[in-house]
Amino acid sequence: MSYVTVLVLLTTMLLGATSGLLGCFAVLRGRALLGDVLAHAALPGICLAFLLVRERHLGALLGGAIVAGLFAILVLGLLRRFVRTKEDAALGIVLTVFFGLGIVLLSVIQRLPAGGERAGLSHYLFGQAAAVSQADLFLISGVGVVAGLTVFLLYKELLVVSFDPGFAGVQGWPVAAVDLLLFSLIAVVTMIGLPVVGVVLMAALLIIPPAAARFWTDRLGQMLVLAAAFGALAGAAGTIFSAGFLSPGRTGSHAGLPTGPMIILTGTVIFLASMLCAPQKGLLWRAVRLIGLRVRTAEEHLLRELYECIEAGLPDAAPVAIVTLKERLRWSGAGLWTVIGLAAMRGFVRAEDGQLRLTPKGFEKARQVVRAHRLWELFLIEQAGIAPDHVHRDADQMEHLLRPEVVTELEEKLQTARRMAEDAKKLPASPH
Amino acid sequence: MSADIAVEIHDLTVVYHRKPVLWDVDVSVPEGRLVGIVGPNGAGKSTLIKAALGLVPLVSGQVWFYGRPLRESRHLVGYVPQREAIDWDFPVTVMDVVLMGTYGRLGWVRRPGKAERKLAEDCLRAVGMEQFADRQIRQLSGGQQQRVFLARALAQQAKIYFLDEPFVGVDAATERAIVTLLQQLREEGKTVLVVHHDLQTVREYFDFVILLNMRLIAAGETAQVFTPENLRKAYGGRLTLLTEVAEAVHRGGIP
Repeated sequence: MSYVTVLVLLTTMLLGATSGLLGCFAVLRGRALLGDVLAHAALPGICLAFLLVRERHLGALLGGAIVAGLFAILVLGLLRRFVRTKEDAALGIVLTVFFGLGIVLLSVIQRLPAGGERAGLSHYLFGQAAAVSQADLFLISGVGVVAGLTVFLLYKELLVVSFDPGFAGVQGWPVAAVDLLLFSLIAVVTMIGLPVVGVVLMAALLIIPPAAARFWTDRLGQMLVLAAAFGALAGAAGTIFSAGFLSPGRTGSHAGLPTGPMIILTGTVIFLASMLCAPQKGLLWRAVRLIGLRVRTAEEHLLRELYECIEAGLPDAAPVAIVTLKERLRWSGAGLWTVIGLAAMRGFVRAEDGQLRLTPKGFEKARQVVRAHRLWELFLIEQAGIAPDHVHRDADQMEHLLRPEVVTELEEKLQTARRMAEDAKKLPASPH
Repeated sequence: MSADIAVEIHDLTVVYHRKPVLWDVDVSVPEGRLVGIVGPNGAGKSTLIKAALGLVPLVSGQVWFYGRPLRESRHLVGYVPQREAIDWDFPVTVMDVVLMGTYGRLGWVRRPGKAERKLAEDCLRAVGMEQFADRQIRQLSGGQQQRVFLARALAQQAKIYFLDEPFVGVDAATERAIVTLLQQLREEGKTVLVVHHDLQTVREYFDFVILLNMRLIAAGETAQVFTPENLRKAYGGRLTLLTEVAEAVHRGGIP
C-alpha cells in the first residue's frame, strides 16, 4: 500500500469510529438529523471563509463551517420558539436554504478569475478522500482522542443527561452544558468529515453505525464500542473498495469509485447484516425462533393426538395407524411425515409398518401436553366463562406457551375451585 | 425558619408562553407527611413540583428545603418523573436506571462501585424487582417500570421525595405496593409529595393535601382541607367533575 492509501485509510477509520461513537448520543436523543443540518449548513460557511482568505486554509474553512453550522442551529431554535414551526419542517427549511446558498456561493467561487477551480471546494459536496492531507489525519486523531476521552470519563454524566434530563437536572448536573459539549463535539466531527465523505453523506456516518449497533445490545456501553467499531470498519472497507479494489497503480485520485459513497454503502451492508442476524432483535433470529415454536407446537399436537387415541385402552398402549392420525389431525401427508420424523429423531415416537407408537419418553411428554391442554380448557370454562365447545381451539393456541410454573398455578386455582381431583398427578378428563 | 418544615414554597409564580400557570403559591409542608397535590387538569400540579425542583424557570418565588435553597440541598431531594417523559427504548437495564440514583453523591467522573451496586440491589428488593435487574426497561410492564423508577428515587437516599403521577398506567397491585412503600418512607420521617388526580383515593392515601387550581386553593391536614367547599373552589365550573367531587366527598364521609 502506498503512503497515500495508508493516510486515507487511517483518516476514514478514525472518522468512522469517532462519528459512530458520538452519533450514538445523537440517535438516542432523537437528534439524528442534527448532523445533517450541520453538514449542509456548513457549506456556505466554508465558501464565505474561502472568499475571505482566498486560499484553502484548513483552519479558516473549518472555522467558517462551524460558525455557519452553529448559526443554522440558532435559526432552528428561533423558528421553533417564535414561529412554532414543527420540528421536521424547520429542519427541512434550514437544511435546504443553507445548502442552496452554499451551492450558489460555490459556483461564484468556481468562476473566480483567481483559479477558484484549484480551491477544490467542490470536494465538499461529495467528498474526496484521496485529497486528505497529513494535517487532516492529525486533526481527526486529535478530535477522536478528545471524543473518546470525553465519552469514557463522562460516561455516567452523558448517560443520565441523555436518558432522563429532568432527573439529571434535579441531581444538579448541568444538563445544558453537557448537551452543549456533546453537540459541539458532534459538530466538529461533522465538519472534519465533510471533505472526506461530503456534505450530502456525512450524516449517514453519524446515524448508520449507531443504528446497526443498537440491534446487537441493550447496553449503552456496548453500543458505544460497537458503533465505533462499525464506523471504523465501514471507513476502512469503504476506502479499500473505492481504491479500485486495491489494484496497483489505480489508487489516489484516479481510483475507480468515490470513497464517501463507498463508505456509506459499506456501512449500510453492516446495518443490513445487523438487522438480519443480530440475536433477539435480528429478523433471521426471530424467524428461526418462530419456526422453532411452530415445529414444537406441531410435535405437541401429534403427541396429544396419539395419547388421546390410546387413552381408552391404557395401561395397554396399542400402536396407532398413521392413516388414522392423518384423518384426525387433518394435516397434509408431507407435513405429518415431517413432524413424525422430527418427533422420532427426538425419541418421542417410533414408526413401524404404517403405525406409530409412543416411546416411554414420548408417553411422559404426551401426558404433560395433554394435562396442560385440559387444565387450560378447564380454566377457560370455569374462570373465564367461555363455552365448552369454544375452548378447545383457544387452549390449542395457549398450551404450548404454558411454562411449568403457570401449569402449577392453574392446578392450584382449579383445586381451590374443587374442579380437580385432589391428587394433582391425576389427569383431568377432557371437558368436552 | 423552623427546622421541621421540610418544604417551604414562597410566592411562586410560573409562566409558560406568557400564560401564567401558577400564581403566588405559598405552601409549607411539615416534615414526615405524605402529601397529595390535587387539582383539576391544567391546574399546575406537575408544574408545581417541577418549579420547586428547578426544572422550569420561575417568574418569581423562592423554594427552601429544610430552610436552604435547592442548590445547597440537592442531596435531600428524590424525584420520580412522569412515565411519558421516559424513552423506554433507551439501551439501559433496570440496574443501570437504579444506579442513576447514586450519581448525585458520586460527583463528576467517578463511576458507581460495589457499595453503590449493593445499595441499588437493596432498593430493587424494596420494590420487589430484584429478579429483573438485567432486563432492558422496555421489557417490563407499566407497573414494573414505575417500581424501577421508585427504586431509583430510593437510591437517592433523599429526605424529601417528589413523585409526578406515579399511579398512571399502573396495575392495582403496584398501586397498593407503591402506597405501602410511601407510607413506610413517612414512618421513617421522610416527606413525600405526590401529584395525584384520583379524588377517590385522596383521603385514604394522604394525610396532607395541597389543593391547586393555578392558585393555591388550600393546603393542610387532609381532614381540614379536603372539604366539599374547597373542592368546589378547585373544580368549580366544571360540571362533569362536580359529580365526581360529590362522590369523593360522600365516600370520604365528610358531613
